[in-house]
Amino acid sequence: MASTKQNGTANLAANGRNGYKVIGTRPVRPDGVDKVTGRAIYAADVQMTGLLHGHVLRSPHAHARIRSIDTSKAEALPGVRAIVTAADLPVAEDKIEDLGEGAINLKYLSDNILAHEKALYHGHAVAGVAAVNPHIAEEAAALIEVDYEPLPPVMTVDDALADDAPILLETLRTDSMGEIGSEQTNLASFFRHQRGDLEAGFADAELVVDRTFRTETVHQGYIEPHAATAMYSADGQITIWTSTQGSFAVRGQVCEILQIPVSRLKVVPTEIGGGFGGKINVYVEPVAVLLSQKAGHEPVKIVMSRADVLAATGPTSGSNIRVKIGVDSKGKISAALAELFYEAGAYPGSPVGAAANVSLAPYAIDNLQVDGYDIIVNRPRSAAYRAPGGTNVAFAVESVVDELAEELGMDPAEFRILNGAKENDRRPDGVQYARIGQIETVEAIKESEHYRSPLEGNYRGRGIASGYWNNWGGQSSATAVLNPDGTVNLNEASTDIGGTRASIAMQLAEAMDIDYEQVKARVVDTDTVSYNDVTGGSRTTFATGLAAYNLGQQLKKEMKRRLAEHWDVERSEVSYEDGVFSAGDESLPFVEAAGLVQREEPLMASSTVHPQDFGPGFSTQCVDVEVDPETGKITILRYTIAQDVGKAIHPSYVEGQMQGGVAQGIGWAINEEYIYDDEGHLLNASLLDYRMPTALDLPMIDTIMVEVPHPAHPYGVRGVGEVNIVPPAGAVANAVYQATGVRMDKLPISPANLLEAMWAKQAEDAAEPVPGDD
Amino acid sequence: MQAIDFVAPTSVDEAISALAAGSGMARPLSGGTDLIAQLQEGRLALDTVVDLKRIPELMAISINSDGLTLGASVSCHSINNSQAIRDAYPALIDSTHLIGGTQIQGRASLGGNLCNSSPAADSIPNLIAHSVTCHIAGPSGRRTVPVEEFCTAPGRNVLENGEFLVALEFPAPPANFGAAYLRFIPRNEMDIAVVGAGASVVLSDDGSTIQSARVSIGAVAPTPLFVQEAGDALAGQPVSEETLAKAADLARDAARPISDMRGTIPQRKHLSGVLTQRALRIAIDRARGTKTVDELGRLNGHG
Repeated sequence: MASTKQNGTANLAANGRNGYKVIGTRPVRPDGVDKVTGRAIYAADVQMTGLLHGHVLRSPHAHARIRSIDTSKAEALPGVRAIVTAADLPVAEDKIEDLGEGAINLKYLSDNILAHEKALYHGHAVAGVAAVNPHIAEEAAALIEVDYEPLPPVMTVDDALADDAPILLETLRTDSMGEIGSEQTNLASFFRHQRGDLEAGFADAELVVDRTFRTETVHQGYIEPHAATAMYSADGQITIWTSTQGSFAVRGQVCEILQIPVSRLKVVPTEIGGGFGGKINVYVEPVAVLLSQKAGHEPVKIVMSRADVLAATGPTSGSNIRVKIGVDSKGKISAALAELFYEAGAYPGSPVGAAANVSLAPYAIDNLQVDGYDIIVNRPRSAAYRAPGGTNVAFAVESVVDELAEELGMDPAEFRILNGAKENDRRPDGVQYARIGQIETVEAIKESEHYRSPLEGNYRGRGIASGYWNNWGGQSSATAVLNPDGTVNLNEASTDIGGTRASIAMQLAEAMDIDYEQVKARVVDTDTVSYNDVTGGSRTTFATGLAAYNLGQQLKKEMKRRLAEHWDVERSEVSYEDGVFSAGDESLPFVEAAGLVQREEPLMASSTVHPQDFGPGFSTQCVDVEVDPETGKITILRYTIAQDVGKAIHPSYVEGQMQGGVAQGIGWAINEEYIYDDEGHLLNASLLDYRMPTALDLPMIDTIMVEVPHPAHPYGVRGVGEVNIVPPAGAVANAVYQATGVRMDKLPISPANLLEAMWAKQAEDAAEPVPGDD
Repeated sequence: MQAIDFVAPTSVDEAISALAAGSGMARPLSGGTDLIAQLQEGRLALDTVVDLKRIPELMAISINSDGLTLGASVSCHSINNSQAIRDAYPALIDSTHLIGGTQIQGRASLGGNLCNSSPAADSIPNLIAHSVTCHIAGPSGRRTVPVEEFCTAPGRNVLENGEFLVALEFPAPPANFGAAYLRFIPRNEMDIAVVGAGASVVLSDDGSTIQSARVSIGAVAPTPLFVQEAGDALAGQPVSEETLAKAADLARDAARPISDMRGTIPQRKHLSGVLTQRALRIAIDRARGTKTVDELGRLNGHG
């Protein structure tokens, strides 16, 4: 059962929603009918007259020099209309640009679209073909002759940092806290956060646990594959229809890659079937534009296959992590060290920076050091994935915390409360917290019926873990048009992945004191509103919601001004309450006022925001598992997540985010991994063998929404989309330890890995031969 | 994927002619759940597919006191829906419920699963446990092959060019017969067996002694393995965990798996023993009439 824990200062109204009328209710989403009837237009559904179909040829090698590409046979195939390679892209410089989602080197961005000198991973795009149907395009791609010189692949942190490691990018030099190295390297960057006296802290410790961990590459696993349609008109105007988390991010990247001004490109976002961070980078969009231009200004659509999606988009970093934590005799953390080695894929930019912030964030620690290493390997360029980098490091830290609590004989929840971060404590990188809800989430789990109920049975265990995510503010733009019938058109540019049209419209309705049904929210293209950052960083309901709040205030203010003129009273005499404007004896309901104030002049409002004071999120989770001792298979028996959600605008969608993050985290914990052969070929580029959890693999995930309102938002909103994926792997690992006595030092805790670890423990315990090893 | 010809003959003889006309580039099609995926993924190139589903013999379920003759193209869904099969061969449903989801089961056939000849096929160890005989037709006439001799290598079998599987013949179950198929997968559905195990037993009338037994394991060798020595070791033995453990050890010894993305050598050898023992337990329970198909369905995650 879902429950809501009320906190903070807001007064509790009789309706249980803190006095709000719309916020805290669960209305129907505006896109719901189209989605359940199959009418919603996703990227692959885009159709138009004269549409050509594109196909992308991909590298069969993990690491290879491209000596030459011969397209003549493919060009000769009837029905082929255009072929493009890296030679068709403008020459990209080694130039750093900030495209709204972190700085990016343009040459790397361009090289990832179509490989220039080298193919850097199995599946790296090499050429694009447009033809009159998808079958001819695919056949033509097979006729393109690429002369490769295969090079030894570099697949892991250890491979990449070895003394004689093959070099992926010849111009790369290590950026070490701003100092640029002189040698060729696969280490893109190194940084260190430190405070206090680490040595003294460990010297004071009564107990120190020092462990190393390994996690594998995983994919976001959005169900809708990437797809884009591009139309390069004869007049030079370009339109792209695509499934993306940020239409402006697509515009920015495509314009930089193709060296065209932003005014020539309009990006129209379609409905999106999941993103989780993986639909921010562009892949097929620039190829479709080039093909459309070369094919004589005909529209070109490229739809990625599932295998292409897994091989060439997404994933997030595998990692090697060391965590060392010391505690004093009372159980207070005296010092903590974390070393994070993250695989960025083929180009620099793993989420190791964010991971460092997440690493020890739930704890108040005076003496700490966190080192981060960003390392390139012959895997796809890593992309953001829901709290990027967080799950890896939380698995490591929460495993060590659990071991410390056990050694101390302390309840793991008590340990987290004793050491919990609160207002004015600092994140590992020094950022000071405002009001946060970490300890409240631990208390919510500790007091839950789940945690207090006994768990009985052999090979069963319970684990808990905490996690942090910083969330984001970012830039948002929106306009509102007041219709004469009293409805409001809300135009915004935040892709709606998790119900944000509803959660943003609800904030406008609340601000205007009108019904949710009176607001018509829609996601518009890049020509229609001003710049808008991606739907990511758990920012949309917070920041675009703030823009919607502003729109409501503006519309109300202007309506009052016009009514004051109409009624011939001072502006200050006009009041608005319960949906009715009044001044003296005059009064007018909102719906009638909407028509009256627009007899002479229409009314619309616009708002742009860039809030810096976003509030971070914390979550603590509890899981019960059962392990089959003969097979190593884990059954998740019960799961409860507590999360500080600030204020839940639409509680169903908040619960959905919490459950979704946990579901993905469980998959990461127990089965998901990229599997490569010795030559660096990805073996499991299908949802059959890349094992995300199915409905039969998960129990109901119970949610406890802890509401610690964020002080810097009019309705107390914090981002809720990401922190939920941070604790699951740690929680599951801790439960598996309770069930089996085995502490897993790697993910996934797959049946094969767990069985092997149980055998190793048995052999250790009894000095007996390993079963099956003959 | 290139354009291909589609032929739908209505008799075995027509099908033989159609396959011969394809000159090595023709393949028979039943449900197509393997064939079409292989064509789409470019793992197979053909110029003709010969749909066998309009041939009455390939779609027939014939059950009487001599046993069951099952047309090679009969869908898993039709088998699941046949009360006569559920009554006489309840363990067969272990496989037909596991192969794909509901939509796939509407197309997929046991004949197709056998002819695809995957070492991990979910029906073949079960067919071996049931002592099935394969009926084959081709340009040189008809012949029969015991199912344990049908597969010869991954994706390969005894079918000569132009031959196809017509039917599977199940002997009538003797008194006190019970069978089971179990597989191990990391998830609870939508997976390929890491290891599969089929087992059958015939017990004495009082249920205390194993008169005869058959054991077969999958995904642990180039073909599904018939572990005759495991069955032989059980014959004449009392029903006990010790007896079953011995058979499980023999299955484990017989397994000669590879390590791949779905499992490791030690894991697969170990699971060969675990699953053999578990499958035998269920087969014995069924022979004694103490466990129903539906209970086993739940054990297999398809309740």
